[in-house]
Amino acid sequence: MVASSPKVISDRALHDAELISNSGAWAKNARQLASARAQEQGLPQRRDEYWKYTRPDVFVQKNVALIPQACPEIGIFADQMKTEIVFENAKLATHHLPEIDNCKIESLSNASTLDLHWVQDIYGKLELAGQKPVERSLAALNTAMATEGLLVHATGQVSSPIRIHSVSIGITDAVIHHVVKVEAGASVTLIETGQYGARSNVVIEVDVADTGSFHHIRVQDGKESHMLTHIFASIGADAKFKSFTLTTDGKMTRNECILDLVGDNSSVTVAGACLGDSNFHHDDTVFITHDAVNCESRQVFKKVLRNGAVGVFQGKILVKAGAQKTDGYQISQSLLLDEDSQFLAKPELEIYADDVACSHGSTSGAIDEEALFYLRSRGVPEPKAVDLLTLSFIAQAIGEIEDPDLAQAILSYLTDILEAR
Amino acid sequence: MLEIKNLCVQLEEEDKQILKGVNLSLEAGKVHAIMGPNGSGKSTLSYVLSGKGGYEVTEGSAHLEGNDILEMEPEERAAAGLFLAFQYPVEIPGVGNMTFLRTAVNSQRKLRGEPEMSAGEFLKVVRAKAKDLKIDADMLKRPVNVGFSGGEKKRNEILQMAMLEPKMCILDETDSGLDVDAMKLVAQGVNALRDGKRTFLVITHYQRLLDHIKPDVVHIMAAGRIIKSGGPELALEVENNGYADLLEETA
Repeated sequence: MVASSPKVISDRALHDAELISNSGAWAKNARQLASARAQEQGLPQRRDEYWKYTRPDVFVQKNVALIPQACPEIGIFADQMKTEIVFENAKLATHHLPEIDNCKIESLSNASTLDLHWVQDIYGKLELAGQKPVERSLAALNTAMATEGLLVHATGQVSSPIRIHSVSIGITDAVIHHVVKVEAGASVTLIETGQYGARSNVVIEVDVADTGSFHHIRVQDGKESHMLTHIFASIGADAKFKSFTLTTDGKMTRNECILDLVGDNSSVTVAGACLGDSNFHHDDTVFITHDAVNCESRQVFKKVLRNGAVGVFQGKILVKAGAQKTDGYQISQSLLLDEDSQFLAKPELEIYADDVACSHGSTSGAIDEEALFYLRSRGVPEPKAVDLLTLSFIAQAIGEIEDPDLAQAILSYLTDILEAR
Repeated sequence: MLEIKNLCVQLEEEDKQILKGVNLSLEAGKVHAIMGPNGSGKSTLSYVLSGKGGYEVTEGSAHLEGNDILEMEPEERAAAGLFLAFQYPVEIPGVGNMTFLRTAVNSQRKLRGEPEMSAGEFLKVVRAKAKDLKIDADMLKRPVNVGFSGGEKKRNEILQMAMLEPKMCILDETDSGLDVDAMKLVAQGVNALRDGKRTFLVITHYQRLLDHIKPDVVHIMAAGRIIKSGGPELALEVENNGYADLLEETA
């Protein structure tokens, strides 16, 4: 079933075959197709244009020296959370998934054998749609091999956010795949905290129906961790999609977000902020396709780097012919706290419609000396003044979070982290 | 309170001398005004005293209550009681005015080894002082100086001064960009802080501000030196005749 290919890791493939044969009909089919897709594409190489600034090695090598993790419980969002689902070493630790109004939650491991039509229409399908024009074979591999994930079906307004908190101890190599369907008029907020594994490959597929609304907030703080994430989303008409990621630690992180605006009058936002120190490489790769009329897309990324940390941004807005009245905005900025750190940015616009407004900007800068002096002249010592200016720099990205309580929680968390540095 | 002796300053980046031996002696509780044409070194004096980078002191000294302030970091000077109201207050997006004020107040207290002000106490004090300056709750919540009008920015400077309770206040062209009503409000704020002990150095181009903040001593500065000192009547003389006569007189 799985042809041996020198490009694909062999023991993984074996595991893969077992997983596929044990899956129910719909999952089996999707996994087989994804497996074939990944093998045909081969794994990303350093010479691939899409991996020019971030070495894929740690995500594809079989024998990566993973450093044992001890992931502490973090207090963030403690006040907001009513619905929490816990993963431990990439396995579900919450055995009875919460039953909440207007939303049905299943686990991938359980549901592979269930006959879930809505999942069948999404699982591996959005990922497949996101394989063009750029191949993302590690996402295909994820579809083929994911061992766990949540299937979230929102059929109305879900009042409280759903939080996934993952704890990783040891050297778990996690492959997680979530699927979210937001029906017409429904809305749901998904929050991810903690880390799935010492190395994680995470895919989230999100289908937002017409008039649906999806919010996503993620906090990545895994020390020494390697994290590869993909969000594939399809957004219908008059719908909304917003995702915000805060990264405060991690050796190697690549967050890809592939959004397809397929219905008119919708808006999407992808925002992120990271605080990088020393051995820290952080890559945001975004691809937004406007394939409908009168849609707005926003990309807002802020990276604060010091002691040789590296930040990467690859962001593209593709406006297809006919996607008139598109409003595309993209900003990526870095605050370099010393001369050892670097920020590599590749903003791209590709536009085939003639009535659009797209803007993009990218900057790298040091701390503003005027502002620093202003704060110090008021008695604020230099390190504290730098912290305040760091928060000031990041504020625009946090401002993209819809819910003010969640934004405040992120801000407080960030303030605590800065104070502890 | 503040003793400045033969202060000579040049720019760090280029060999250009800006202050050429400034002497000033400001007694506690007095209001001194410095007037002078553009480029005379007035703002440089305020920056050097408060510790802004980019300047090199080549000669002279400045002591606040006997302490050599030129050796101190800007935050130490602030904690020692020096305050500069900026000509162009800096905007800091994303940092709430209240957070900024509280951080400043408590940072200074910490540097002086005093207990920090509790959140409740701070709120009470800041609300009362803001009210006097007609600063509403919204302005306190907004990011520091972002979207503030010229008048709001200057009132915000005076609010900071009122909260930090400095011993020595330097006002750098606080009247610039203000309409008459805003200037009166700012002047009221400053006058409310005159308590017979606090000292003020008011830098201005125009006599107008000095109608509202009555100075004890007026100095005229030109080409990096104090060329003349006198009573409030000196400001009126400048207002009527300009600087030309004075410059000729001392040339």
